[in-house]
Amino acid sequence: MIQGISIYEILTVTTLLFFIGVYGFLTRKNLITMLLSIELILNASAINFVVINKYLFPDALQGVYFSIFIIAVAAAEAALAIAIIINLYKLITSVEVEDTEIMKY
Amino acid sequence: MERVLFYILALIMIVFAVKAVSSRKMLRSVIYLLFVLMGIAGIYFLVDYTFLAAIQLAVYAGGVIVLIIFSVLLVHHIELRLDVASKRSQILAGVLSVVGAGLTLFTIWTYKFNPVENYNAIDVATIGKGLLSYGDGGFILPFEVISVLLVAVMIGAIVIAKGKRLEQ
Amino acid sequence: MDFTYTILIPLIPLAVFLLLGFNYVKIKPAVSGWIGSAGLFSSFVLSYYTAYKYFFEVGKVDGVYQQFVHKWRWMSFTDTLQIDMGVMIDQISVMMLVVVSTISFMAHLYSRGYMKGDPGYTRFFAFLSLFTFSMMGLVLATNLFQIYIFWELVGVSSFLLIGFYYTKPSAVAAAKKAFIVTRFADLGFLIGILIMGYYAGTFDFLTLNDIDGPVISNWASTSFMGLSVFTLALMLIFMGGAGKSAMFPLHIWLPDAMEGPTPVSALIHAATMVVAGVFLVARLFPMYFFVEDGYALNLVMWVGAISSLFAAIIALTQNDIKRVLAFSTMSQIGYMMLALGVSGYDGHDGLGYMASMFHLFTHAMFKALLFLGAGSVIHAVHSNYLKDMGGLRKYMPITSITFLIAALSISGFPGFAGFFSKDEILVAAFEHNKIIYVITVIVAGLTAFYMFRLYFGIFWGKDKKYEHAPHESPMSMTIPMMFLAFMSIATGYIHFSEYVTADRMPFEAHLNYPLAAIAVSVGLLGIILAYVFYKKPTNLPDKVSSSFGNLYKWAYDKFYIDEIYMFVTKEIIFKRISAPFAWFDRHIVDGAMNLIGNSTVSASKEIKGMQSGKVQDYAFAFVAGVVILAMIFIYNWII
Repeated sequence: MIQGISIYEILTVTTLLFFIGVYGFLTRKNLITMLLSIELILNASAINFVVINKYLFPDALQGVYFSIFIIAVAAAEAALAIAIIINLYKLITSVEVEDTEIMKY
Repeated sequence: MERVLFYILALIMIVFAVKAVSSRKMLRSVIYLLFVLMGIAGIYFLVDYTFLAAIQLAVYAGGVIVLIIFSVLLVHHIELRLDVASKRSQILAGVLSVVGAGLTLFTIWTYKFNPVENYNAIDVATIGKGLLSYGDGGFILPFEVISVLLVAVMIGAIVIAKGKRLEQ
Repeated sequence: MDFTYTILIPLIPLAVFLLLGFNYVKIKPAVSGWIGSAGLFSSFVLSYYTAYKYFFEVGKVDGVYQQFVHKWRWMSFTDTLQIDMGVMIDQISVMMLVVVSTISFMAHLYSRGYMKGDPGYTRFFAFLSLFTFSMMGLVLATNLFQIYIFWELVGVSSFLLIGFYYTKPSAVAAAKKAFIVTRFADLGFLIGILIMGYYAGTFDFLTLNDIDGPVISNWASTSFMGLSVFTLALMLIFMGGAGKSAMFPLHIWLPDAMEGPTPVSALIHAATMVVAGVFLVARLFPMYFFVEDGYALNLVMWVGAISSLFAAIIALTQNDIKRVLAFSTMSQIGYMMLALGVSGYDGHDGLGYMASMFHLFTHAMFKALLFLGAGSVIHAVHSNYLKDMGGLRKYMPITSITFLIAALSISGFPGFAGFFSKDEILVAAFEHNKIIYVITVIVAGLTAFYMFRLYFGIFWGKDKKYEHAPHESPMSMTIPMMFLAFMSIATGYIHFSEYVTADRMPFEAHLNYPLAAIAVSVGLLGIILAYVFYKKPTNLPDKVSSSFGNLYKWAYDKFYIDEIYMFVTKEIIFKRISAPFAWFDRHIVDGAMNLIGNSTVSASKEIKGMQSGKVQDYAFAFVAGVVILAMIFIYNWII
């Protein structure tokens, strides 16, 4: 744990990061920038796992493992998302959200 | 010393996170995100999980961000400025985010955590053994599942990105 | 004696029907004619064999004719209410077998000539076989339900055969009319059967007709509106019979049914199907007689009498020879009905029953012959109307002679079959009810007149010049006619009272000479009048008809019964009853359903905007939901 820093402060920082990511996801109009917001959200939650592990259950390692898995899944998700975005760009030459509304009613 | 370091990191992360979701140049957004991710790696260092910090730097800073930068360069003219969302949706999303953050913070600050004092670092070997252990607290099964997932994602990414044009 | 083999009699025509029907395209016309006739011939032989066996060898035990029943369970509803399928061999079913197989065989032979070159030749024979199967099944039925099934089957085959020339609108209309009118009557029949099944607990003829049995002895146990339920059931059943037998006022389909090919008219609409109603009443005769002291039987009698007089009057005025014969058929069936109506049960009292069956038998022969003769004439001159005919005896001697024999027979000329059967009916009517007797005598005179009007009009009268000289029909047509002419004389000499009686015991019936003399003289009067009017072309008929004035016109227009039906159905039922119902259905019932559908559609139109396809909208809704849920939970914790 970090000397002089309580768990509340760290969790506050991660909460802010998380909701900044949510805000970005809701307002960005480009698929890649939305993807960035998702990375932000994922990382904020990954820190939570690690910090709670460290501060509350220092003898266990589950938080660390979960963070590793989150990183792996996030990498996988980023790879797939980018594959889809590139394919979409090949199809409609655009990565704007407005152009990808064909699934509506 | 560590406390000052944490505040600096926290400031960097929050400022660059805000910049990352509000910048109108896409490539800059990505770079700002890179700073946030590196700040997160700094947090990992501070809590003595050096292995995790290394993964964070290698996978995110080295892998994901590079991938995203490539794709940005592929599908986007970097000199273009991004559209901003309408005022209405910005306000709605902002209110929602503030309320959500408020709720979460309220919950966190009203909850009584019981931290355990410790400063011991964990070496990589322990993490590796835990990942490969069959016994109690072993993570061999999720580990294998993740490896299968990564293979599947690799194949899927190739197939999807290869794609077909509409007229074909 | 085992009569199980009689099941083959209907099944052979069924097999022929299936064979011809399924291979309708492949079989050559000449072959199909032979197949049909051969199938019928085997049924014909089996029927005669059965009749011989039954009447002369095994049927009579101790002076009483037995009833042989072979049946198989088909459906069982309750312990007492079951439906069987089977054959019932007794006096009237055997007699009907003989009638149906004879006429049907003759009609098949005749059709081979008459229908030659018709594109629907194979189809025609298939339908004829279907009809024969149904009719045989009807007469052999062991219970009311079985008879109802075959009843509808003959209705269908009649429909198919009337509408045989389906490209002719009038034939299609006639087929529909026949089907709808008889179906309407069969509604009554079905209700009657259901009432009978409910209260008697059985459909079986043997149980129903058992004069000491539970049904007849308990007829008074249940009553409805002042009548026994059994009387009501019998009256409803008679409604079905009246529809099939073209009794007034359900007769309107029969004249139109003459649109069918002439052999069909001879087979179905003269000799077999139209007497199904008579057969039905005869089949249930003990019930009709004993239940409520013959209340329902009185209805039969009056309907028969009115129909016979009514039809005879109309027949005087018609110009289409087949329609004259159709009304004549109706009149003669009315005779049979009234004979059943005046009949008693025991011994000599059952004269009316026997006379009715006798007349059914002889009438089948000479009326079929009349139709075949008319068909032969129509074949020669290509017209149905009297005005296109005249002097044909020189061209068609065989037709002329056979037609004369049939006409004499139906007019009751001494020595011919009709004379004997009609005499029995007159005697039975005389003994029972004088008013009915007077009607029968009048009808006898009218019958003689219109028959000879037809005969003289066709074969004598004006010497018409024909564009193509008419010629005698081919052998395939004249041979059945000659056979039937022989039967029209010979069947009269059968002592029917020894074979077919109400109480199944033979009795002695004698000619009643005074009554016979009256009938014969009235008949002769009719013939002489016809001779005077129509032997030579004169203007006498016109004068007489104009002196009758409106009455002639009414009779010519069949007393406007068709128009009354049209009025009732179109103006009253369709406009006053059905139209409001249709309106209700269309606007209220459908409207309610449409309202539900439309409101669903409009509601979804309103809310489909939420399904915007924008991922951020969904995400917003999701996060907002999470936040709201979190607020609710936190609020609960704090309290």
